[in-house]
Amino acid sequence: MKDFATLFTRIDQTTKTTVKTRALADFFKTANDTDKLWTIALFSGRRPKRAVTTTQLREWAAERAGLPLWLLEESYPIVGDLAETLALMLPPAEKSEDRPLTYWISELLTLQALPLEDRRARILDAWDRLEATERFLFNKLITGGFRIGISQKLMTRALAQATGQDEATLALKLMGAWTPETASFASLIEADDPQADDSRPYPFYLAYQMDGGPDPLGDPADWQAEWKWDGIRGQLILRGGGHHLWSRGEELITDRFPELARATDFLPQGTVIDGEIVTWDGTQPMPFATLQPRIGRKSVPKKLLREAPVLMLAYDLLEQDGRDLREAPLADRRAALDALLAGLPPDAPLRPSPLIAFDDWQTLTETRGEARDRHAEGVMLKRRASPYLAGRKKGDWWKWKLDPLTVDAVMIYAQQGHGRRANLFTDFTFAVRDGNDLVPFTKAYSGLTDAEFAEITRWVRKNTLQRFGPVRQVRPEHVFEIAFEGIQASPRHKSGIALRFPRMARWRHDKSVDEANTLDDLRALLAAHG
Amino acid sequence: MANPVLTFTQQGIFCPAGDFHIDPWRPVGRALITHGHADHARPGHGAYLATHAALPVIRHRLGDIRAEGIAYGERRRIGDAVVSFHPAGHLPGSAQVRVEVGGQVWVVSGDYKLESDGLSEPFEPVRCHAFITECTFGLPVFRWAPQAEVAAEINAWWAANAAEGRTSILGAYSLGKAQRLLSLVDPGIGSILTHGAVENTNAVLRAQGYALPDTVAVTPDTKGKDFPGALVIAPPAALGSAWARRFAGASTGFASGWMRLRGVRRRRAADRGFVISDHADWDGLHQAIRQTEAEKVFVTHGYTDIFSRWLNANDCSAQVVPTEFGTDEEDAA
Repeated sequence: MKDFATLFTRIDQTTKTTVKTRALADFFKTANDTDKLWTIALFSGRRPKRAVTTTQLREWAAERAGLPLWLLEESYPIVGDLAETLALMLPPAEKSEDRPLTYWISELLTLQALPLEDRRARILDAWDRLEATERFLFNKLITGGFRIGISQKLMTRALAQATGQDEATLALKLMGAWTPETASFASLIEADDPQADDSRPYPFYLAYQMDGGPDPLGDPADWQAEWKWDGIRGQLILRGGGHHLWSRGEELITDRFPELARATDFLPQGTVIDGEIVTWDGTQPMPFATLQPRIGRKSVPKKLLREAPVLMLAYDLLEQDGRDLREAPLADRRAALDALLAGLPPDAPLRPSPLIAFDDWQTLTETRGEARDRHAEGVMLKRRASPYLAGRKKGDWWKWKLDPLTVDAVMIYAQQGHGRRANLFTDFTFAVRDGNDLVPFTKAYSGLTDAEFAEITRWVRKNTLQRFGPVRQVRPEHVFEIAFEGIQASPRHKSGIALRFPRMARWRHDKSVDEANTLDDLRALLAAHG
Repeated sequence: MANPVLTFTQQGIFCPAGDFHIDPWRPVGRALITHGHADHARPGHGAYLATHAALPVIRHRLGDIRAEGIAYGERRRIGDAVVSFHPAGHLPGSAQVRVEVGGQVWVVSGDYKLESDGLSEPFEPVRCHAFITECTFGLPVFRWAPQAEVAAEINAWWAANAAEGRTSILGAYSLGKAQRLLSLVDPGIGSILTHGAVENTNAVLRAQGYALPDTVAVTPDTKGKDFPGALVIAPPAALGSAWARRFAGASTGFASGWMRLRGVRRRRAADRGFVISDHADWDGLHQAIRQTEAEKVFVTHGYTDIFSRWLNANDCSAQVVPTEFGTDEEDAA
């Protein structure tokens, strides 16, 4: 695995995308086919089935290092990565040998059939035969979440460079439910006509964030506007007699949203629709918080189906009668979509996402102001002539979000970050005023610059009132503007309120604690936007 | 210990018998200073006492102060206390402070490392009853490779960049780490340029007789292309700043113990992170504590809660002392 470790080191030692791509392309040109296939799999979120639990790994590593488990557990949040923590704590390898990546993955796959005691022995033996970086990568293979600064997009580009194939073609080949055990490099990548896979989605076309107004976009007549829904993006595929649902993260989520199975009753096979999955109260989407419990579950209890039913608000038609429509202009695709969905009964699990009529940008700007009332995050602007492209491309599709809601709040607790921010205080709890009390209502971790995090870290060290384990209560002195996307009543929180995506928008050096917002202010926001 | 030799006050570590503080962070009458880093040598004290080797830098940084020097190992009576300074190996002139009152010996470590870096006076263990130790890197994930290995890595990186005509910019704290790196790099590879903050410190140390290779100070007129393949040593804050733009296309590196953590390396967004620290690593902390044979250990600054719990679980009576050391520690470490 030394070539794979070298690849990792080259990638990890640079911040330049071009250098990373070149390193990966070099690897794809020289590695053997199974190593290539596994590398593609790892960088597209496919990993070998976990053969040991992380609990077992921790115990074995602590034992091998001669340290108590609690010390490993305390070190882990500071390092921020379990695979790295174990690699750093273990004593140096006693012998090193060079086996290919696939060898070590096969080792892991073999483990599943072995009794626990043998698994332990094999893992300890592997740690003894791997050098520092290889050991970290080996641990990464076990613990999963192989995120080391290579996106699937970057990997696809490197593969395109190495094979001479078109990037978009490769992206399509890499989608779907293949694994290195069911596919080969030849069948997946090299074959001109990859085995037809009914479930295979098209790469999603992603919009760019629009800052400032739409004036630079030119003639409003060239543009189509829709609500930007606060749900999850999905691609519904009706092929081969069944249906498949993909998330934007290219995860197959068919089973999580059984409501959409009925789409096959209403729509013909050979149809692919792009839209937003939202929870629906019968007339409009419900807040995102109601969708959250549906996202994490592979199967859905009846109660949840009743309380948080979903449907798809469809906004694009990518395939009709088995024909790829992506090259056609959006206006034509939309007309075909409307024709397809026209006349569907009200209980059908999908309906068109309405277009917003507007004659000029001023009108649209005013309509956008209503977004929050409609449980939307803003509006989408799409060029009527645009084809359906792959990935985030600038120019034709824009998301124009509402400005966030904000509250000025007092910092009352601070905690050190982990991983990238191990030695800084970055995790804070904020409070609003309630009479003479301060009521905590949210945490926030992001939004400050590195320099501001360094400054607040120095301040926290000097202004700690009390320690509760890793949490420090600090002098209530600093006011921050907290921005967030939504507000919800929540019985689980002391303040009775939960925010969606809170972050620190600004450090209000100009404000004293007396000028922070109050619990009543929050309640007013809840009444207006909850 | 009915009358502790040292107590912990709002101003910092205090010796009642001698009426002095050690590395205090608020102005006091008399301060004993372990070394010149800003979180240990602060302005505003009535009188300063530090090693002869540490004083020039402290004077350079704090300006007009009333200060006195003391030799390593020299015993001096202050009130009812007897104090002496012993090498801490942290940087040139750095010291641990030994305080003896009525037969009880306490030692304040200041910052220290055990490995001899070839430039600083090497760490000397001091036996004591109570040891007040830093534990910046008091976790078992922090272990340093021998200095020679890291030096080879840095030189290989510089040489590879130089071969391609690229400048190498290495971020390092301007007092201590920068000079240690200067003494480790191979001047045969190319020119060595320094940021003004580093060069000012170099000048002070050279005047004291510390051997450093020849360096070229970067001035507002310095052009990067006049020094192809050079190594530039600058404070971390200078990297990515307007100052560094003159070295377009440079490869950047940081030298710090924190570079052991991949997450910190990535936050730094440098091309390379070299794991080299002027603080003791996990094993170093243990060795130092063991060698003092102290009955009582106070841990300060760093992962104090975890480290003291570990010590207590291993038959070493330890407790946490909150301090305000650690300004810019990430860069210094």
